[in-house]
Amino acid sequence: MSPAISIQRLVKRYDSGHVALHGIDLEIQAGEIFALLGPNGAGKSTLINIVCGIVTPTEGRVLAGGRDVVREYRAARALIGLVPQELATDNYESVWATVKFSRGLYGRSPNPRFLESLLDALSLADKRDARIMTLSGGMKRRVMIAKALAHEPQILFLDEPTAGVDVELRRDMWALVRRLRDQGVTIVLTTHYIEEAEQMADRIGVIDRGSLVLVEDKRTLIDQLGERQLRLVLRRPLDAIPAGLADLGLELRERGDELVFTYDATRAIDVSALLRRLTDLSIEIADMQTRQSSLEEIFVKLVGRRS
Amino acid sequence: MSAPLPRPAPFTPPRFNGHGVLAIYRFELARAARTLIQSLVTPVITTSLYFIVFGSAIGTRMKSVGGVPYGAFIVPGLMMLTLFTESIANASFGIFYPKFTGTIFELLSAPISPLETVLGYVGAAATKSVAIGAIILGTSSLFVPISILHPVAMVALLLLTATTFSLFGFIVGIWAKGWEQIQIIPALIMTPLTFLGGAFYSIDMLPRPWRTLSLFNPVVYLINAFRWSFYGASDVDIRISVAFTLGFLAVCSAAIAGIFRTGYRLKN
Repeated sequence: MSPAISIQRLVKRYDSGHVALHGIDLEIQAGEIFALLGPNGAGKSTLINIVCGIVTPTEGRVLAGGRDVVREYRAARALIGLVPQELATDNYESVWATVKFSRGLYGRSPNPRFLESLLDALSLADKRDARIMTLSGGMKRRVMIAKALAHEPQILFLDEPTAGVDVELRRDMWALVRRLRDQGVTIVLTTHYIEEAEQMADRIGVIDRGSLVLVEDKRTLIDQLGERQLRLVLRRPLDAIPAGLADLGLELRERGDELVFTYDATRAIDVSALLRRLTDLSIEIADMQTRQSSLEEIFVKLVGRRS
Repeated sequence: MSAPLPRPAPFTPPRFNGHGVLAIYRFELARAARTLIQSLVTPVITTSLYFIVFGSAIGTRMKSVGGVPYGAFIVPGLMMLTLFTESIANASFGIFYPKFTGTIFELLSAPISPLETVLGYVGAAATKSVAIGAIILGTSSLFVPISILHPVAMVALLLLTATTFSLFGFIVGIWAKGWEQIQIIPALIMTPLTFLGGAFYSIDMLPRPWRTLSLFNPVVYLINAFRWSFYGASDVDIRISVAFTLGFLAVCSAAIAGIFRTGYRLKN
């Protein structure tokens, strides 16, 4: 099976000379949720807009479902739905009219039953005949999603789906994305909320200044690049780290009340061995905690390393 | 969000996106329907005013032009005048509005070809202006007796002119960066050309230098051809008129092809 999206040596150079994308290579597998992460201006939207046909690539090519998005644009675009970053809607239209328009525009025959169940699933059924201008921002965003799904796409692009969205709608959005994936839809989302990528994505691509810094399975990324910390709260404070533990790179914190052991995936640790060595030195432990660095910390580290 | 999401069904798009053309066409006409009062009542009122001023007040003091009563003589010119302005206004607004609101992204990312896009927008704009032309004709017939000697040619010229100027309007809408620019072309170019194009007079009435100069005004040919289809008389050779309109149609079509090829003011 060909990948949902295959991006090959993609370059975008604007007339102004600004290079937005420096030769991107990326494959997105069918059925996955892929999060494209990066700071503002990194090239996330440019990349999405090229795949969707809104921006013309300078070099390289993009295949959607094995079809070239420029040469076989009909077949490629029929597979793709796009929810852009900005809320752009026809204010004077009804929800029903605009969703029906989107379906027709993508070349599909009318199917009121499908559209009704789509509005139902997006909690828009009772707004069916409302003019879009009368809806709240959150409802408008749902309308944008309904429009993007009206032609039954296999691949959905969500450009910053939760920017400026309240907590409740954000949770709804996440639930919706998972349900879409359960229906077999491939989802590509951009975000600069790392929490979002961490919550939802199967794989993560980090883009910075027009280049893909890395593409990795989310779990692997957190495991490999993340740090783990074991924090041991001591019953009696220590003045210094005992000589017998010097090889472990421990840190003494909280005026000697806590021992902190930092390690990563490359440095396997046997916690029971560590505890045994502490017991041998008669260091008693009152409490212990482990924590793992979040994607956010990994991201800051990654992008920071490049600048 | 509890109702189950419908599962997407796979789909192979047809070679011609007829649903897409219809979607745009219907969408554009729906907007006209929402503004039905402005769309239809305005031309009726305007035409009636022209007849009160030119037909009743001035026309009664004028002798007939080439055997046609003055009131009836101005009808084809009035229709053309409205056809130009309405075609340009409708088509330019139709494509400028999504650029302005940002909804153009959907058009650009849809599996629809430039030809299909233009068919939808220009077809809708031309439909509206032909409808308005018919309303003017109907309103006029309440004021003056109207005869149409060549009805087939009249309808053909009506459609050809509406289509050509809607294409031109589509270009204006893509070129325009703001609302002012949408107004500029009709106000600065079309209105003077039309008023000096013999809508209200025969160019034979003009003194020599002006008459010669008028022959360089393309609108003169359009209005005269249209008037010929009504009354069988024309100041100019109507073959030139038709050739000119077809030429302008070709130029506009080529310009639109170029716009879509380069993405001018549509895409980066």
